[in-house]
Amino acid sequence: MSFPWAEHYTPKHPVMKWVDERLPLPRFVYNAVGSGYEVPRNLNYFWNFGVLAGVALTIQLITGIVLAMHYAANAGVAFDSVEHIMRNVNSGWLLRYAHANGASFFFIVVYIHIFRGLFYSSYKAPREMVWLLGVVIFLLMMATAFMGYVLPWGQMSYWGAQVITGLFSALPLVGEPIHTWLLGGFAPGDAALNRFFSLHYLLPFVIAGVIILHIWALHIPGSSNPTGVEVKGPQDTVPFHPYYTAKDGFGLAVFLLIFATVVFYAPNYMGHPDNYIAANPMSTPAHIVPEWYFWPFYAILRAFTVDLSIPFTGIVIIPAKLLGVLAMFSSILLLFFLPWIDTSPVRSGKYRPLFKKFFYLLLIDVAVLGYCGGAPAAEPFVMISQIAAAYYFAHFLIVLPLIAIYERPDPLPGSITEAVLANAKHRPADAAAVPAE
Amino acid sequence: MATEVHGADVVTEGDGIRRRDFINIAAVSFAGVGGLAVLFPLVSQMNPSADVLAQATTEVDLSAIQPGQAVKAVFRSQPLFVRQLTEKEIAEADAVPLAELRDPQSLEDRTVDGKKQWLVTMGVCTHLGCVPLGAGEGENRGEYGGYFCPCPGSAYDTAARIRKGPAPKNLLVPTDKYTSDTAILVG
Repeated sequence: MSFPWAEHYTPKHPVMKWVDERLPLPRFVYNAVGSGYEVPRNLNYFWNFGVLAGVALTIQLITGIVLAMHYAANAGVAFDSVEHIMRNVNSGWLLRYAHANGASFFFIVVYIHIFRGLFYSSYKAPREMVWLLGVVIFLLMMATAFMGYVLPWGQMSYWGAQVITGLFSALPLVGEPIHTWLLGGFAPGDAALNRFFSLHYLLPFVIAGVIILHIWALHIPGSSNPTGVEVKGPQDTVPFHPYYTAKDGFGLAVFLLIFATVVFYAPNYMGHPDNYIAANPMSTPAHIVPEWYFWPFYAILRAFTVDLSIPFTGIVIIPAKLLGVLAMFSSILLLFFLPWIDTSPVRSGKYRPLFKKFFYLLLIDVAVLGYCGGAPAAEPFVMISQIAAAYYFAHFLIVLPLIAIYERPDPLPGSITEAVLANAKHRPADAAAVPAE
Repeated sequence: MATEVHGADVVTEGDGIRRRDFINIAAVSFAGVGGLAVLFPLVSQMNPSADVLAQATTEVDLSAIQPGQAVKAVFRSQPLFVRQLTEKEIAEADAVPLAELRDPQSLEDRTVDGKKQWLVTMGVCTHLGCVPLGAGEGENRGEYGGYFCPCPGSAYDTAARIRKGPAPKNLLVPTDKYTSDTAILVG
């Protein structure tokens, strides 16, 4: 938000003055991520992950555009062209490993970003639109990642495409025609590979567009903060630059360090070896799994093994396969309703003793779902994922509304500054460092 | 002249509809129809192209398949299982009461009249589209003796009907006809 005390952009150099009068782009940047944007002074490192997600997208865009210069989206040569990138193209191996692991890191960052939002209830008024756009970005990311994984045309690519497009065939009546229509054939082939490539190239730019809306919506109320108490005056904020450019810069350096370590020393750790076998429509891998970032949703999909039917008649209302598909999509669509499901007026989980416990339970629950999604579909994993999937839905639909009613939140600090100073008192060494504002 | 134009703007007919309202609705409707017409090729281009459809039939030679054997052919770039059932397998399939089945079909329903031993099905699991095991020599045929899909455990019986696991339907029987005594045309 442009708080009244925010710095105004005053170009000093005549050239900048000239530009500002004709196209106020520098002014726009200054007010968005420069000294003109006032941000709560107490943001912790979890607030780095928005910027990190932006950097991850940029890495994907740059490496992806370059990879597209060497890749051929034709079922006959796609697999070989990826190997060509790995073996023949100068630095091709680095670009591909950065792109493949970049996707994983993008999801790691975004999952932390989402759970940050869940813990601090960043989705609550007046920031519902920020959250809704975030969920849209997440859905677009999932579509992009799925289509990107098909492009190397290995066994997992092919069978992943077969399984995921096969989900649509679960729909009654229109399922099969939609399935054929999506693939442009009766099984994944040239037509599917080409359209996935085209859309895989397009969607990241759509994501970039929605990110602009996401930030725009964020900058209307301004960033939330770990206390969840709104900004009350100039003492509660600091300018984005240099305070948070520096803090984000440090976080970015740590992120890049970990990213580089994986790219250089464990580039295939998060991949699946079967995808180094060329696609073979005649033979299914024994164990089809998506990339790790889809495992929790894959577990929900597979948790439904029994048809929904009228008892004792055997009349099936919804077959198990469709139930699984509906549950998987609802598990994400549910997030769109979150701002209205959680009615507690307190934002930060720090001051919500009961909510905090269930938040950590949800965190464990999603990790369990993820583990089961990557495991073979056999007992005990099927039963565990059924319990975990049930808790996932119960958390949002039952637990959150009940906590909002019965929980007695801890007293909130009077202001951001009060919380910061109270914190500083516990650490005498830092107390001297508090600026006398 | 000017008054005439101005007049046309405010002239109303009996029910208060202006000429301009009509022009607005007509123009927007026309643009809407045009927009839909543009959408049609954009949507229809996604459907299988002529060359994909041209490969939509497959001929299979049955002469080399012994009772109890199966072959994997390719039909619409997906596996096709062609199996000659043994007497025992036919008896097993016939012995199952239809009411017990998830997707009730008799072996007769799934084969050509008088050629009950020739079971022609897609090799595509109706759950998530994997290729079930059981067509190849020595592969796991599951507890019902037909086909078995390990992802995540759908078992089909000797008539390739779903008996256990998450798959909702029997293995699909494509339309086929005999072109001679020992050859079928699928598709």
